[in-house]
Amino acid sequence: MLTDITIGQHIPGSSIIHRMDPRVKILITLLMITILFFIDTFIGYFLFLLLVVIILLTAKLPIKRVLRGLKPVFFLVILTLFLHLFLTRGGEVIWQWRFLRIEEAGVFTGFFMVSRILLLIMFTSILTLTTSPLELTDGIEYLLKPLARFGLPAGELAMMMTIALRFIPTLLEEADKIMKAQKARGADFESGNIIQRAKALVPLLVPLFISAFRRADELALAMESRCYRGGTSRTRLHELKLKSTDIYLFLLAAGLAVAISFF
Amino acid sequence: MLIELENIRHIYQLDDPVVALDGVDLGIERGEFIGLIGHTGSGKSTLVQLLNGLLKPSEGRILFEGKDINSQEVELKEIRRRVGLVFQYPEHQLFEETVAKDIAFGPKNADLAEEEIDKRVREALDLVGLDFESFKDRSPFNLSGGQQRRIAIAGVLALKPEVLILDEPMAGLDPAGRRKLLELLRHLHRDIEMTIILISHRMEEIARLASRVLVMDRGKIILEGRPAEVFNERERLKDIDLDLPVVTDILKKLKEKGLKVRTDVFALEDARDEILTALEKQSQFRESRPC
Repeated sequence: MLTDITIGQHIPGSSIIHRMDPRVKILITLLMITILFFIDTFIGYFLFLLLVVIILLTAKLPIKRVLRGLKPVFFLVILTLFLHLFLTRGGEVIWQWRFLRIEEAGVFTGFFMVSRILLLIMFTSILTLTTSPLELTDGIEYLLKPLARFGLPAGELAMMMTIALRFIPTLLEEADKIMKAQKARGADFESGNIIQRAKALVPLLVPLFISAFRRADELALAMESRCYRGGTSRTRLHELKLKSTDIYLFLLAAGLAVAISFF
Repeated sequence: MLIELENIRHIYQLDDPVVALDGVDLGIERGEFIGLIGHTGSGKSTLVQLLNGLLKPSEGRILFEGKDINSQEVELKEIRRRVGLVFQYPEHQLFEETVAKDIAFGPKNADLAEEEIDKRVREALDLVGLDFESFKDRSPFNLSGGQQRRIAIAGVLALKPEVLILDEPMAGLDPAGRRKLLELLRHLHRDIEMTIILISHRMEEIARLASRVLVMDRGKIILEGRPAEVFNERERLKDIDLDLPVVTDILKKLKEKGLKVRTDVFALEDARDEILTALEKQSQFRESRPC
């Protein structure tokens, strides 16, 4: 059902990874993702995987949860693998059946791309699993602040993200309720071909949108009546402060990244 | 027996499983008007969602006319047509461009003929007291809250259910809207002989309408019986923080003070008459006594 969807699947904890400054975590994640695209050997990937596992263990994250996070990209992974297997040409022919042909280079790049996607998802999920959505938006806000000079409304963007994250469970619950109400009137969301299913969603989506707009309206009023104003003059209750461990960890990560990229 | 629940348990499988229903046995006869009361989280809403197959019980069976509704031989769509469920704030489920189309949604899903659908939309609007001609082409979103609620209820009535379940249908309505809805429920029960299950927090409504009252607490039915019987158990209701109907409360207190009134009347007018006659008798009694 809808409630199975887990977004912002933050697992609270007190490990060193959890306690890191969100800005540093975001920066390290960006750095590691970049490095991931420079790695071009399987040894490099293996070292990267090792790093991921070490981080998972230090953060005491349940491996199962991380693997479950890979499920949504399963289709993408399979597709990538097959496209490369059959379309990338080069090297010896390994297998052939009529017009279908698998060549050596296809196998290599196929598995390469798949490792890349999987590692990418795993590393970014470490970020979302160990950082609460609030910390995450705080971090993003700080990192975007320099861009305010060019007219980017960093504070507003962060507020929008916070609100969006906050309302995901609410809207899911609402969707579940509307779905049940329409089912009680005989609606069928589970059978039929793609077009019939898309049509069946109208009785769900229209009320959902209406209620989302109503909620947005009410929220805006509630915020205004408590004197919310956007803009740069806002101060915050919890200022983010860099600790020395944050800097050491960042340097460590940077060092590791460079080291891995040499393989 | 129209509906039978056999030892139902329902557990929501969340990170910490929540036991919503913990061993419920219940039989519902055709033509009953059941009032279901209990606190938020006592399992009322879960119970009614089980009755039309929106939820499946973790343990136990639900029989409709003797057949297990969650078995292969029973078509759930058919059960949902025969057991109509009106959720809380049903107006939030409106979605069509016109009132008529929205009410027709249920009958259309039941694959009825065009004319039959049309007839049912008329009847349903008529039942909830809205004029077909002046409402059919209006957008449901431009109507008042009370009208929207009645249209949503009409959307369920258009399925001509044999059992109608309403989950707090009066919440958020003004007194006039509430009175109209009460009249509708009474009409559906008395004249159309629908079996009705009403969840409500307003004891007065339950007391006046229901032929049987069920009290739920923490996933169990802890009290059941005719309204007069259930509301006699003031202490047990107080234990789970439920109030008596105001009328009953007043009558009981008068009785405690020595006025000989019956405490099993629930309509305000009846209670007034009851108190007046009791007072009259008392004064007659005093007058006839020689000083």
